[in-house]
Amino acid sequence: MKNHYQLLIIGGGPAGLAAATIAAKDGISCAVLDEQPTLGGQIYRAIESIPEQRAKKLGSEYRRGKNIAEAFRLSDAEYYPNTKVWSLNNQREVGILQNDKASILSADQVIVASGAMERPVPFPGWTLPGVMQAGAGQILYKSAGIVPDNGVVLAGSGPLLLLLAWQYLHAGVEVKALLDVTPLSNHIGALPKFPRALLAHHYLTKGIGYQIALKRAGIPMLFGVSDLRADGDGVCQSVGFKHSGKQKTIESELLLTHFGVIPHIWLTQSAGCKHQWDDSQQCWRPEHDEWGNTDISGILVAGDGAGINGARSAEHAGRLAGLEALFALGVINQSERDNRGVKERKWVRGERHIRPFLEKYYQIPKKLLATDIDETIICRCEEIAAGEIRQAVRDGHDNTNQVKFFTRCGMGPCQGRQCSNAVAHLVADESGKSVKEMGHFRGRPPVAPLTLEQLATLKQEVAE
Amino acid sequence: MFKQLSEGQADNVEIILNGQSVLVSRGISVAAAALSHQQRFTRTTPVSDSKRAPFCMMGVCYDCLMVIDGKANQQACATYVQQGMRVDNQQGVGPAMENG
Ligand code: FES
Repeated sequence: MKNHYQLLIIGGGPAGLAAATIAAKDGISCAVLDEQPTLGGQIYRAIESIPEQRAKKLGSEYRRGKNIAEAFRLSDAEYYPNTKVWSLNNQREVGILQNDKASILSADQVIVASGAMERPVPFPGWTLPGVMQAGAGQILYKSAGIVPDNGVVLAGSGPLLLLLAWQYLHAGVEVKALLDVTPLSNHIGALPKFPRALLAHHYLTKGIGYQIALKRAGIPMLFGVSDLRADGDGVCQSVGFKHSGKQKTIESELLLTHFGVIPHIWLTQSAGCKHQWDDSQQCWRPEHDEWGNTDISGILVAGDGAGINGARSAEHAGRLAGLEALFALGVINQSERDNRGVKERKWVRGERHIRPFLEKYYQIPKKLLATDIDETIICRCEEIAAGEIRQAVRDGHDNTNQVKFFTRCGMGPCQGRQCSNAVAHLVADESGKSVKEMGHFRGRPPVAPLTLEQLATLKQEVAE
Repeated sequence: MFKQLSEGQADNVEIILNGQSVLVSRGISVAAAALSHQQRFTRTTPVSDSKRAPFCMMGVCYDCLMVIDGKANQQACATYVQQGMRVDNQQGVGPAMENG
């Protein structure tokens, strides 16, 4: 591993791999840093090592990842798995951790392809063992062939929930129920966006296909569910909710939830890139142009980390960022960049067609984003409840960062990744302001907790 | 809560999970191993001593902290099983729990 690269790419998912593949072809020094032990990102996790039988059950969208991985392996890009990036600054210095050893690399161009994470949405009982995110269920299945053995309830909103139910069905898992929390008003609200969505009808047909299969298999699918909660003595034993005006309970030791995904912005934040609140996607994302340029020169973003557009779009956005990096490095000129980018830009725009519809259809209701149940734990690490946050606002702390310092919310090991959005929504709700005005928790390095021993390895290196 | 699907040839390693020797598939995360071996929880919280288990499986929530080979606060979803590895539930900020 060198100390300096012309191009460093953070993240080994579809965007990062596609960016590296296109950029390394032109002979520049380029390395991909990835936290995971295997390439593919979360979406194509374990794509190179997965047994064929399991890959088949996961469906054709998953298997697309094989081509991306193969193309990347044929390129000259260096690849560093098990490499955690803990800082990025506006000088394009990248702090990494490998085998408990910290070091700092630099680059002329950095592409952040950090992907997405599940949107954390606090509800009563969400900290109980046995309540997990749907993405966790998918990771267990993809990377380890591990599935629920005693049935599962799936709840939330978004296409992934449907896909996971379908994947579990094929793996012989008992899906006790699928609880959709999107209010029925969403469906009406999404209607005007439907004609454009038809331009990307393959997504619609897929979704409908899953629904039909689940229905045929007799899996109860309930829509317009509200008041979701998990209950149990120390661990999850049942799932409670309201449906058509009635209170219901399903006994289950496992509840997997999904409330859409949001960009992983901790690195671009700590680098100081400008971020904006995206009302339609209900999340913060870094500002960027069509090529992935942020407002900091030499720092680009691609894939879901730049805004949620899905795996296919990530691949094309990755190539655009790769081309832009080559242009910035003087390897190709502007017209070559433009020519090679024509098809990719068209793809990216094409992939956008389905999004406004999906975003409206699966929009998370405000009541879930800013819970009115005071006992609900918001900060999983410090165990701060919604009521304490609302009280802090009433006491005059009316922005997220003030509330953070006052309540310690977001100061545990996850550094606010699980609670920062919920805190912003709660503070906005209680103070009558918009989430946009709230701002996000300030991101500071290290974005992942380092132990003193790990930091010491860095000091040694600098001293040598 | 979870089970390992049998998919042809098993390639296992042995780990000591809360004092019990168990066979788990090579290459899986410690969190995956614990969840597929009847561990309903993997730690208790420092603040209220409540039980917790892995939540995100992708390195963001830090709810999967366990004691691995004697070292506390290891992210079990981002640590991979090795032959002979010792894995224990974590109590609060540090020590392994007695009897799991
Ligand atoms: S399960 Fe969330 S960090 Fe490990």
